[in-house]
Amino acid sequence: MIATSYTNSLGSMLVWLIPTLPLAAAVVNLFLGRRLGRWAGWIAASTVGLTFALSAYVVQDLLSAPEELQPYTQHLFDWISVGNFSVGADLRLDVLSATMILVITGVGLLIHIYAIGYMEGDPRYGRFFAYLNLFVFFMLLLVLADNYLLLYVGWEGVGLCSYLLIGFWFEKTENATAAKKAFVTTRIGDTLMLIGLALIVSKFGTLDFDAVLGNAGDTIAKGTATAISLLLFAGAIGKSAQVPLHVWLPDAMAGPTPVSALIHAATMVTAGVYLVVRSAPLFEASGVALTVVLIVGLVTALFAATCALAQDDIKRVLAYSTISQLGFMFMAVGMRFYTGAMFMLVAHAFYKALMFLGAGSVMHGMHEETDLQRMGGLIRRMPITGWTFVIGALALAGIWPLAGFFAKDQILEIANHTGRTWIYVLGTLGALLSALYIGRLVFLAFFGAPRSDEARHAHESPLVMTVPLVILAAGAVLAGLLLSTSAEGTLARFLEPVTGPVPHGEGLSTLALSVIATAIALGALAVASWVYASGRVDRVRFRERLQPLPRAAASGWYVDRAYSTLFVKPGIAAARFSADVFDSKGVDGLVNGVGGGVRRLAAAGRRIQTGFVRSYALGFFMGAVGVLVWLGTRL
Amino acid sequence: MRTPIAYFVVLSGVLFTLGTLGVLLRKNALLIFMSVELQLNAVNLALVAFSRMHLALDGQVLAFFSMVVAAAEVVVGLAIIVAVYRRRGTVDVDQARGLAG
Repeated sequence: MIATSYTNSLGSMLVWLIPTLPLAAAVVNLFLGRRLGRWAGWIAASTVGLTFALSAYVVQDLLSAPEELQPYTQHLFDWISVGNFSVGADLRLDVLSATMILVITGVGLLIHIYAIGYMEGDPRYGRFFAYLNLFVFFMLLLVLADNYLLLYVGWEGVGLCSYLLIGFWFEKTENATAAKKAFVTTRIGDTLMLIGLALIVSKFGTLDFDAVLGNAGDTIAKGTATAISLLLFAGAIGKSAQVPLHVWLPDAMAGPTPVSALIHAATMVTAGVYLVVRSAPLFEASGVALTVVLIVGLVTALFAATCALAQDDIKRVLAYSTISQLGFMFMAVGMRFYTGAMFMLVAHAFYKALMFLGAGSVMHGMHEETDLQRMGGLIRRMPITGWTFVIGALALAGIWPLAGFFAKDQILEIANHTGRTWIYVLGTLGALLSALYIGRLVFLAFFGAPRSDEARHAHESPLVMTVPLVILAAGAVLAGLLLSTSAEGTLARFLEPVTGPVPHGEGLSTLALSVIATAIALGALAVASWVYASGRVDRVRFRERLQPLPRAAASGWYVDRAYSTLFVKPGIAAARFSADVFDSKGVDGLVNGVGGGVRRLAAAGRRIQTGFVRSYALGFFMGAVGVLVWLGTRL
Repeated sequence: MRTPIAYFVVLSGVLFTLGTLGVLLRKNALLIFMSVELQLNAVNLALVAFSRMHLALDGQVLAFFSMVVAAAEVVVGLAIIVAVYRRRGTVDVDQARGLAG
């Protein structure tokens, strides 16, 4: 099907430019990065800034366009055409992708600026920004695609960039290993997702969003819808690091910190949420699939929160926190509260990017130290980083009126109002754990007494790094107030054309729920401050008394070890078998046997070639006589 | 009165047999070559004789073709024999065993 652009407003014709700009900058930096030196970063950042401005213009244009012209679609070229199956390079800008591109380019811009300072002096400075821009391109392609195949191109593209950037400092083996682990783990989900796409093609005959999602409810059986939804969700599980494919994200922290902020907190890992929200009609046609999403989200939210409680590496705390928060988003999706998931995605992009960049700033000021046990009292040495980090942490913990409060509170409110009491209770437990682990992080790192020389002599980062922190902190404060003060707030109304109305129900009043949530968050922060910053508790002995729980949680409840025993070691053993036994004995034996046989046959056969021309002539003669005799007998 | 066809066929057969024996029994490349020519001309004779018997020109035309091809073959063949002689100083085919397996 060829989607025609049925509107002529300038904004609708500029959609293609949004992903193209970062791609162009990536190409420039890839080929000229070394020569550009410091300029590489500014080129990358200003391109993303330009893309952000363009996105804002196009989105504003979209919103002011008459309803029948929405969403904007743009047909770039016919991509694949086989028989009556065709896929075009089609872009689609509706309110859902609009939200995503603003987050990607907005937060992306701040992280690019920050990276100019953070990556200063790196020998592969230009290449870093080339990868970062390439990532932005693929991410924009992912959210702007108008069919599943183009989305999948973006999906794999961001996976590639994630791999390249996690392993950016590949000289250290563990970084390269972490990159490989991230790539292979997400590949499991991606492969299942590809099978899901194949299933969509076989059932719908097309991959276009309009055709698939518009008819999801009535063209396919419930079981088929469940199969497709779960396969797509498997892709989301891999990409968004949900249980059981979450293991790659904590290791992905090996990458440079701006990468962790952009890819592994704000954008790429939320692609799974976007995918499920985008495919919502399929999930709703199934019903069961939504329950699976809800349960996976809940389990992940709780599981990762317990892991985050015991990490000593500042970035690993944030990584597990990200996994947990993504779990909350999937919980919201599972309850059909798509707007809540999207709001949490936006809010989380602000405060988690803020905290990752803050962590990067801390590392910058402390000679790449990441161990929380060697920090302490940093707020006096680096006040801007410290206080912005505290704002991010309060937002995550869910303190009114910061963004995280509204996001989490609304999800729990919907759980309560739709009669899912257990989800509400367990979700609240998750919120409690979130406040605990982030309180622990903040009090260990920024308050109390310094516990190492690096902490005593830490220094504040340059302006190019602190200004993005301040802007992100402002975002973390204002996002909730501006976008979503209630479950049916501004963002929810904005997204309604795509996601449909917010689910309704009866339960505890919103005010009561808010009071409970705030009390829990404040209580958890108070406990964290008492244990980790007051100096009145011997936290080391406290930890020892709880063993072996902290050790298990610190290792992620031994999931890595279990996977290693269950999958990795048998896999290596199988590979070894096929390399050392099957290949060298079986395959090589067969090939060498054939070769040897031919050689022996030839050794026998070549004796016929005597080199005596007259014996050949005799052969001719005998042959001719033979043929004549044969012909004679046939007459 | 025409000469009976049998005369020609018998002559052609005798010539062909002589040629064949020459090819099989001689060692000298030049003589082998001449024997081959003898075979060709024996066949030409048979062709022309039969052509006359049937009062059709096909056989004679084919004989001309055969002669032309034989002439071309002589050029190439003699050149090879001369080259072999220059290189080895002999045209004995039993000595040319470079391709023995």
